[in-house]
Amino acid sequence: MLHTSILLIVFLPLLAAIVGGLGNRAFGNTVVKTITTGSLFVSCLLSWPIFYGFISGTATAEVVPVLQWVQSGNLSFDWALRVDTLTAVMLVVITTVSALVHLYSWGYMDEDPDQPRFFAYLSLFTFAMLMLVTADNLVQMFFGWEGVGLASYLLIGFWFKKPTANAAAIKAFVVNRVGDLGFMLGIFGTFIVFGTTSIPEILEAAPTMSGATIGFMGYRMHTMDILCILLFIGAMGKSAQLGLHTWLPDAMEGPTPVSALIHAATMVTAGVFMVCRLSPMFEAAPVALAMVTFVGAATCIFAATIGTTQWDIKRVIAYSTCSQLGYMFFAAGVGAYGVAMFHLFTHAFFKALLFLGAGSVIHAMHHEQDMRYYGGLRKKIPITFWAMMFGTLAITGVGVYHLGAGFAGFWSKDAILEVAFARGTGLGTFAFWMGVFAALLTSFYSWRLMFLTFWGKPRWIESEHIQHSVHKTPEGAGEDTTGGYQPHESPVSMLVPLGVLSLGAIFAGQVFAPSFLDDAAFWGSSIFFNANLIDAMHAVPYWVKYSAFVVMLLGLFGAWLAYIKDTSIPGKFVDQFRYVHRFVFNKWYFDELYNFLFVRPAFWLGRKFWIIGDQGIIDRFGPNGAAWVVQKGTVAAKKIQSGYLNSYALVMILGVVAAVTWVLM
Amino acid sequence: MDFLLSFQLSAPEIILAVAGLVLLMVAAFAGNKSAQTVTYLAIASLVAAGAVVVELFTNDALSQGADAWSGLYRMDAFGNFTKLLIYLATIGCLIVTPKFFDAKGEYRPEYPVLMIFGAVGMGIMVSAVDLMTLYIGLELSSLSSYVLASYSRSDERSAEAGLKYFVLGALASGILLYGMSLVYGFTGSTSYLGIRAALADGMGTGALFGVVFVLAGLAFKIAAVPFHMWTPDVYEGAPTPVTAFFATAPKVAAIAITMRIALDPFGAQSDAWQQIIIFAALASIVVGALGAIGQENIKRLLAYSSINNVGFILVGLAAATEAGAAAMLVYLAIYVAMSLGSFVAVLMLRDKDGNQVENISDIAGLSRSHGLLALCLAIMMLSLAGIPPLFGFWGKFVVFQAAVQADMIILAALGIAASVIGAFYYLKIVKIMYFDDPADVVEAKGETSRWVVLLVTTIFVSPLGYLLTPWLGDLAARAASAMFFVI
Repeated sequence: MLHTSILLIVFLPLLAAIVGGLGNRAFGNTVVKTITTGSLFVSCLLSWPIFYGFISGTATAEVVPVLQWVQSGNLSFDWALRVDTLTAVMLVVITTVSALVHLYSWGYMDEDPDQPRFFAYLSLFTFAMLMLVTADNLVQMFFGWEGVGLASYLLIGFWFKKPTANAAAIKAFVVNRVGDLGFMLGIFGTFIVFGTTSIPEILEAAPTMSGATIGFMGYRMHTMDILCILLFIGAMGKSAQLGLHTWLPDAMEGPTPVSALIHAATMVTAGVFMVCRLSPMFEAAPVALAMVTFVGAATCIFAATIGTTQWDIKRVIAYSTCSQLGYMFFAAGVGAYGVAMFHLFTHAFFKALLFLGAGSVIHAMHHEQDMRYYGGLRKKIPITFWAMMFGTLAITGVGVYHLGAGFAGFWSKDAILEVAFARGTGLGTFAFWMGVFAALLTSFYSWRLMFLTFWGKPRWIESEHIQHSVHKTPEGAGEDTTGGYQPHESPVSMLVPLGVLSLGAIFAGQVFAPSFLDDAAFWGSSIFFNANLIDAMHAVPYWVKYSAFVVMLLGLFGAWLAYIKDTSIPGKFVDQFRYVHRFVFNKWYFDELYNFLFVRPAFWLGRKFWIIGDQGIIDRFGPNGAAWVVQKGTVAAKKIQSGYLNSYALVMILGVVAAVTWVLM
Repeated sequence: MDFLLSFQLSAPEIILAVAGLVLLMVAAFAGNKSAQTVTYLAIASLVAAGAVVVELFTNDALSQGADAWSGLYRMDAFGNFTKLLIYLATIGCLIVTPKFFDAKGEYRPEYPVLMIFGAVGMGIMVSAVDLMTLYIGLELSSLSSYVLASYSRSDERSAEAGLKYFVLGALASGILLYGMSLVYGFTGSTSYLGIRAALADGMGTGALFGVVFVLAGLAFKIAAVPFHMWTPDVYEGAPTPVTAFFATAPKVAAIAITMRIALDPFGAQSDAWQQIIIFAALASIVVGALGAIGQENIKRLLAYSSINNVGFILVGLAAATEAGAAAMLVYLAIYVAMSLGSFVAVLMLRDKDGNQVENISDIAGLSRSHGLLALCLAIMMLSLAGIPPLFGFWGKFVVFQAAVQADMIILAALGIAASVIGAFYYLKIVKIMYFDDPADVVEAKGETSRWVVLLVTTIFVSPLGYLLTPWLGDLAARAASAMFFVI
């Protein structure tokens, strides 16, 4: 039973992608959309029973072999699908969000001329992501890893006529290559050290390796530390952690459903998944874990600061994603992998909800993404408003400890803060404070988004998109700041996913917290489960438990003050702290720094290679040189062919003389 | 001496010789009106001779071959294989010829008769195992060729071609005969067997001179560089059907005797001639390719193409192995089809007055007005360029494989590199036909007989040809082994 269903879950999306991609225009929009969406819903329906099996404790981990892949010397690995608790969690997240995003895209992409291509890419992405999470060896994981990277590239650049989209797609690909290099080195190193790429075998041997050393770049280093750091660099690239995060905000150039599926719920969490999957390895690598904690905490606060200043609704949510991924990483870094996975799980629902909600707003506002031109949308698009509201309540972590009730984010984020505090180490405490501060900022920018979008007076006429739609300019519109524009609620196909994800955002925490947080049997051997740490987590002081709640209220109050009560505050604040604001608004100048450090020198070097190396040497002495010789030879051949009989005879005689001379020598 | 057996073994030549004489009588008495009839009868006699060859080829009792006429003539698999190719090429050329001269009213019955005598001469050449028989066969076919080249009496270019061919051919014959006399003088024998025995223990300077002169004379016949100068002028000037004939049947015969001379009587001293052949091979490939690039006349271009192809075939000879010889024969079979097909396609290019279209620029955009013709010509060109999966690739592949197996890796590498230059002008023709603006000069009219020849050759060089590789390879291997068969 499990065998059949896991094969169907993984390969139906592939089949749909192939049929849809190759069929494309031959089949037409509706057929391709039905095939891809239908197969995703089947995958989704098959995934939940597997997940439920692990929740209820009736299922056991299994490996379903598919095909032999490589047999070469002592390197051997197969295509196989591994199903355990960790995989099951990812399965439901991926298939559910993907199915809903497919459905949502029916409405969102309705006017696009290339719908079959879009849906085929979405399904292809889902297949690659499923291959990643079901991997039984590091190479198959890498296959999925690169597969999702490819799909992400294709989807970010889906509107390939837009130069910014192409640039963003290339940027995402290139930045991910940096991480991938780390991942690849990690895989190679793991194979050298353990002699296998099979994940279970590596994890079994990992604890015995702690303390072993290896020569790396001329230094003796702890084997496990160096391996885990390399692997974590891969995770940093894919999960957009500080330093390798620059591609994620730009990736918002892709269609919004893509942002929801790939750049919020699934692909970007692959790094967290990988760290959890390899948790026994990381447990044997204290330095690497410290790095995970630090990078996670730093990303969490760093991204949150930028989120408070951005105007583009999708970019705010993108930085929020980056920040939330930071939470997951430092949870993993302090050793609470179950908690990290729990936040991954709940985050998938509310972040996908926020993105799809934002997409619904954008859809309603004629492709305007700048929140400065929103306002007063609450009454116009009430269903979207409520969906966004649930998403915001979830991400800001609304919930009261003593009531034992709260939205999804409350359960997972508070658990992360508590476990970081409970860890008791200096780095854990640092992460806790960073997390609390980031929670304040999260609350602020989330409510800022809500207030700017749904409250206040309409500021629509300032938007060029709206002007284009109503054929009016701000001057021509007079007092009416709506410009006569009527935002329209999205079609049912877009509202249904919002509804389903709202349920997730509201209940996912409440329902699944006992299993994810406390149940060692639930996780089984799929991750490293530290029961003592979880006990300590529950025993933290009340001020810790309420800290997130308090800062959430503070953030809400701040946002209310600045964007509802007195809308002049943000302007004054910016004037007061001009340099700080500019620094944060420009994303800490990371892009400029990288441009200066890497991009420009690379271009310079590339241009040198191109002009001197390629044109000056290879082309000149290669193809062009050969062509020149051929051209001269042709002229000579024509010249010799004079048409005179005597010269022909002469050449023959000379030929005989030359041949005789040669053989006599 | 068993006369009866000798008659039986040389039956193909005897049939053709008698047929030639009889048809000459018919032509003399019936006059020009009989031209069409004589053509049919000539084809019929070639088919009959071919049938006898097949019979001899498949006769198990004669599978090892047999000598006839006191060791002047030998019936063996090698001769049979090449004779079949020669007859098929001659038949193909005869089929497509008559229409060409219709416009000028020049088609006369001596044309097929000359072709028949040419075929007789070539048959004798490839079966000769004595220098004297060889020379008689060679001259018979050459004399027919000289006349054919100048066949269009009203056309100056044709007359010029015939004259040039004759004068240079006479010079080459002189060189060849001089070489033969030296070989005879220093070995004391004109028979291949005798020469081989005499050279088995080494070779003096005199004999070496002889070998070089013989090979030089033969190099003229196969149009290898530097004895190729006549080719472009003759191919361009001669009437197109005659050019098609030159590029196929006599080419097969000339290459066959070159192989046989080099590998059989001079086979024991392959070191002496290998370097000359290597040079001729590479020079032919390069000069053929370079020369072709500059051409604007398609017949001239095909002339250079044939020089280029001879270079590739000689790569197989340079290996001096049985595998190399078999590879050459495979290449020859494919080359004959490609060459015949290309010329037939060119024959079908007529402007609206019925004149031959020879300028490459005039076939621009041919794909739009005459799709199938353009397709066939394109397949021929791509196959000549050796682009897989067309059959021309296989020919090149086997000769280079033979060279590599004989440890001549540098020769193979240089040959392959030079074939890239060759690809240029073949692709240029395809590009002109398919991508240039139509010149709308060509008014090809469907002529069933030509279409049959063109389509048969096109299918042969198409990837379908690979179905024949086991059979063709087997025949070629048998033919090649006949030369290495030591009595």
